[in-house]
Amino acid sequence: MPETAGTATGATIELENLTKRYPGNPNPSVDNVNMEIKAGEIVIFVGPSGCGKSTTLKMINRLIEPTGGRIRIGGEDVTDMDPVKLRRKVGYAIQSAGLFPHMTVAQNIALVPKMVGWSKSRIKNRVEELLDLVGLDPGEFHGRYPRQLSGGQQQRVGVARALAADPPVLLMDEPFGAVDPITRDHLQDELIRLQHELHKTIVFVTHDFDEAIKLGDRIAVLRERSHIAQFDTPEAILTNPADDFVSGFVGAGAALKRLNLSRVRDVEITDYPTVTVDDPLQEIFNKLRGSGTNEILLLDKRRRPYKWLRRGDLMRARGSLARAGTLVHDTVTRDATLRDALEAVLTDNAGRVAVTGRRGEYEGVVDMETLMNSVHELLEADRLEAMEHQHELEEARAAQTHAEQEGDGGEAKA
Amino acid sequence: MNFWEYLGNRHQQLLTDAYQHASAVFQCMVVATLLGVLIGVVTYRTAWAGNLATMATSTILTIPSLAMIGLLIPIVGLGVPPTVIALTLYGLLPIVRNAIVGLRGVDPSLVDAAKGIGMSRPARLLRVELPLAWPPILTGIRVSTQMLMGIAAIAAYASGPGLGNEIFRGIGSLGSKNALNQVLAGTLGIIVLALLFDAAYVLIGRLTIPRGIRA
Repeated sequence: MPETAGTATGATIELENLTKRYPGNPNPSVDNVNMEIKAGEIVIFVGPSGCGKSTTLKMINRLIEPTGGRIRIGGEDVTDMDPVKLRRKVGYAIQSAGLFPHMTVAQNIALVPKMVGWSKSRIKNRVEELLDLVGLDPGEFHGRYPRQLSGGQQQRVGVARALAADPPVLLMDEPFGAVDPITRDHLQDELIRLQHELHKTIVFVTHDFDEAIKLGDRIAVLRERSHIAQFDTPEAILTNPADDFVSGFVGAGAALKRLNLSRVRDVEITDYPTVTVDDPLQEIFNKLRGSGTNEILLLDKRRRPYKWLRRGDLMRARGSLARAGTLVHDTVTRDATLRDALEAVLTDNAGRVAVTGRRGEYEGVVDMETLMNSVHELLEADRLEAMEHQHELEEARAAQTHAEQEGDGGEAKA
Repeated sequence: MNFWEYLGNRHQQLLTDAYQHASAVFQCMVVATLLGVLIGVVTYRTAWAGNLATMATSTILTIPSLAMIGLLIPIVGLGVPPTVIALTLYGLLPIVRNAIVGLRGVDPSLVDAAKGIGMSRPARLLRVELPLAWPPILTGIRVSTQMLMGIAAIAAYASGPGLGNEIFRGIGSLGSKNALNQVLAGTLGIIVLALLFDAAYVLIGRLTIPRGIRA
């Protein structure tokens, strides 16, 4: 029996000159892919349909046998290993889950552990644990059949099944392609949460670039025959697409998409003069007069942002805190994306938004100016990094072309 | 003697014949099912082999049963052997065809998933493909059984077992006072047996088709 290590960390994947030719087709479907995927990272293959991204993925667990090149997982060459044994060590999740309709949720998840010879009690515990992990109540879903589940729930079970024997590597082939956008968003969040706990090496295929940005530690943008157009962090690809193909794929609004990748905690937040509702009125007046801004933030008893107070507001309300000022209608947390913060700032009538901590307590304020400055700095840093990576890629490619003595003209950089 | 008196007088003989009839059909169905599913499993993955299997079995079905048994007598003699061979051959067609259709109808993405999570070829077949193809196969078995019930009656022509003997005796002595009763008893007996078998299949379907894919 092959032993599945109980480690929670992933393994490296190396693809070396990986090629797939189909008989009767002069051009290879996947041409000489070289890639190194680090342990514990999520790499997204993204590209137009028919570019060979799925074929490349399926060669990693040899659902499609490569016609050339090597595959190494965790340093071990698996190109000639028994494919059945290989696949038990590599989790596989597909579009619309691929659950077996004649088996219950628990039976579906238990399949791989059973095949690798786990004991009954261990399998039982594992099934419960996994259902819990993917956010389904074990008691409720254990005995259900796939057709009694919604699309999103099926997909969760599909992921649980792929993780069942704790494989170091997880391959996902457009797993969220068939669910509605809201569910997809939830599932993506779940996957990110899972990955924080598990640190698997995940290779994920999609044609949705926004999904790629959201999930990927690194993104490989593939063009026809699985040629790597760019392989870099989402930030770098957004700020500095390698060529027209990549920028076409990134689509419009790259800077806006970039905002999704940074959180409020990454940027500088300014401190604002604050008072609480318990402070005496006189002190509030003094603070208003003494502060450089013409506005202060009133906090409630639990130090949560309550009202914006301008000079004169208190006068007009004849000294009644209950009637003075404008209510704070929107706050962002430190974990909110910059895009959410921008949205809040744009809709606020004075162009600022309060940042709150975990229990809603005041932490600072973000306004238009700080946002703009931070974004400029971020973009500049990205650009430098991307140029460096691109330089490396070009060097590697040049070396490869040189070695082949073929001169792949189509690869010339724009 | 009216029909009811005839039944009362001959019930011993009739029950023996009915039992033999049912037993012959049942045993031939078991053989035909095993053989039919096996042929289906071997051939469904290649287009030409599957078509060949379906065509061969449907050709057998076009041979008149009386002629088939007549042709078998010189080869295997009288009695049970020609009956069993003929019934098994006729029983094959619906099973082979439904097995092939059922196995080919399994969603390819499920087969892909089974492969992807590391199931070996036999495991895929036994745990995924056959269970999913089982409802159509069971339908094929049902159709086959109904058909064999009628064809088994012809077996009496080759001195085979079953209710066919009753019918042939009646036809042989047309004009005698019991001729009609004999034919009637044989025919009704076959109908009752067919209904009983069908009820049994409904029960088997209930018990063997997993809840997740039951219509």
